[in-house]
Amino acid sequence: MTDTPLLSVRDLTKRYGARIGCADVSFDLYPGEVLGIVGESGSGKSTLLSCLAGHLRPDGGQLSYAGRNVLGMSETDRRRLSRTEWAFVHQNPRDGLRMGVSAGGNVGERLMAIGARHYGDIRDTAIDWLGRVEINADRIDDRPRAFSGGMQQRLQIARNLVTAPRLVFMDEPTGGLDVSVQARLLDLLRGLVRDLGLSVVIVTHDLAVVRLLADRLMVMKSGRVVEQGLTDQVLDDPQHAYTQLLVSSVLQV
Amino acid sequence: MTDTLEAGAYNFAYLDEQTKRMIRRAILKGIAVPGYQVPFASREMPMPYGWGTGGVQVTAACLTPDDTLKVIDQGADDTTNAVSIRKFFQRTAAVAVTEATAEASIIQTRHRIPEAPLSEGQILVYQVPIPEPLRFLEPRETETRKMHELEEYGLMHVKLYEDIARHGHIATAYAYPVKVEGRYVMDPSPIPRFDNPKLAACPAIQLFGAGREQRIYALPPYTAVVSLDFDDHPFEASKAPHDCDLCGASDSYLDEVITDDAGGRMFVCSDTDYCRSRCEAGHMGRLGVPQQEAAE
Repeated sequence: MTDTPLLSVRDLTKRYGARIGCADVSFDLYPGEVLGIVGESGSGKSTLLSCLAGHLRPDGGQLSYAGRNVLGMSETDRRRLSRTEWAFVHQNPRDGLRMGVSAGGNVGERLMAIGARHYGDIRDTAIDWLGRVEINADRIDDRPRAFSGGMQQRLQIARNLVTAPRLVFMDEPTGGLDVSVQARLLDLLRGLVRDLGLSVVIVTHDLAVVRLLADRLMVMKSGRVVEQGLTDQVLDDPQHAYTQLLVSSVLQV
Repeated sequence: MTDTLEAGAYNFAYLDEQTKRMIRRAILKGIAVPGYQVPFASREMPMPYGWGTGGVQVTAACLTPDDTLKVIDQGADDTTNAVSIRKFFQRTAAVAVTEATAEASIIQTRHRIPEAPLSEGQILVYQVPIPEPLRFLEPRETETRKMHELEEYGLMHVKLYEDIARHGHIATAYAYPVKVEGRYVMDPSPIPRFDNPKLAACPAIQLFGAGREQRIYALPPYTAVVSLDFDDHPFEASKAPHDCDLCGASDSYLDEVITDDAGGRMFVCSDTDYCRSRCEAGHMGRLGVPQQEAAE
């Protein structure tokens, strides 16, 4: 890890009319670090993630990526950033995939978007990435529709990571999957994050996911950050009442 | 209904002058920004959408009393769409009409570019059903406009990728996407990709009108137009591997015509004017009839 943060957030605020989506959120994310954001439904996690990823425009605060002011960028630059150095994994793979396009086309889209024009090379890269996310190479020409939920999610991850991004936003990547598939997906994600040195902001309501993946944890309630710290520290010794409730709500098997 | 109209029943070329003015402004903007889709206030025309309402409006805005009009439909001068549009302008504008490509000053076309080379001073008007090349990949108009604005054309190659993955080669045979002057990706209307090379560096003005979709776009003379492709799967203009059975031409786009129910078929030029002028010049194909014999 280096001394300069990759993503630096100061007092980020997003309002929906009179209600707040998220308020006064500040944190630094360093290269190679995984930040988990947990909280109950409606606590502003997804709003915060959308603001960070540029899907929503925040009403106040500062956001800088690798020393560049993201909110002050032109849309061209921001969109270029979001298809080269950033990636976004949606909770529902249908939101992140093109369902009418084959698996290979889905993986190749970002490559073609940044100028790849050699069919053979694009296909080889797609096969390589399908292998990395444990999808058989002979499924390359199948549509995502023909894939199971877990495979679709892995395909979405491959599609996002193919351009070697530095920063990945994930919105409940394990939502809607059964536990054994979840476990394998988490294992895969952990391997990819380590191997590629990705910085990740991961939003989830599943504490097991952050326990496995996240280095640091932020707990949100009613749009505000109520507690943050090292993951193990927050989960094993929760200070805020809401965090204590959250941790004690998990059924210990 | 009689075939002659009372004088003054319609304004020249059917549309009123303000409408033509509005369309001309859209055309000028289109020519100034080659390949850019200019929105315009498309009018209801006395024909159904999909029958060339966009092309007819562009033609009406360009016509002058001295013009000579040619109308083709899939290359042919004598099909329903071509005949009715030609008659429409004969009645409402009383302009001269022709079937000879070289004699026409305005050519309205559906799905073909004439085989005979065009010249400076001519205007080629295309009828366009869906002007947005990204439409089947991205249904949202707001998003496709943004993609044009920011030159995000990776998706266009995804379509070609899918073609190769499924068929082993680029199977898009018509409406093959092109890039204009290194900037806008454009749908050349459903012309066969055989015609794509003729779009580039053409001496004539090329105008595209989409009536239902309310868009006009244009290629000024001698514009650079490049068909999209992959490095290892380059663009190829393709046609049926035959010669014309009537005029023997080996370089023209062919229609396949089923002649009986026992597998009989013939290939003929889709450009009827080109085929006829070659026959008159004495060329003959496999099933051709010598000119004197045909006249008897």
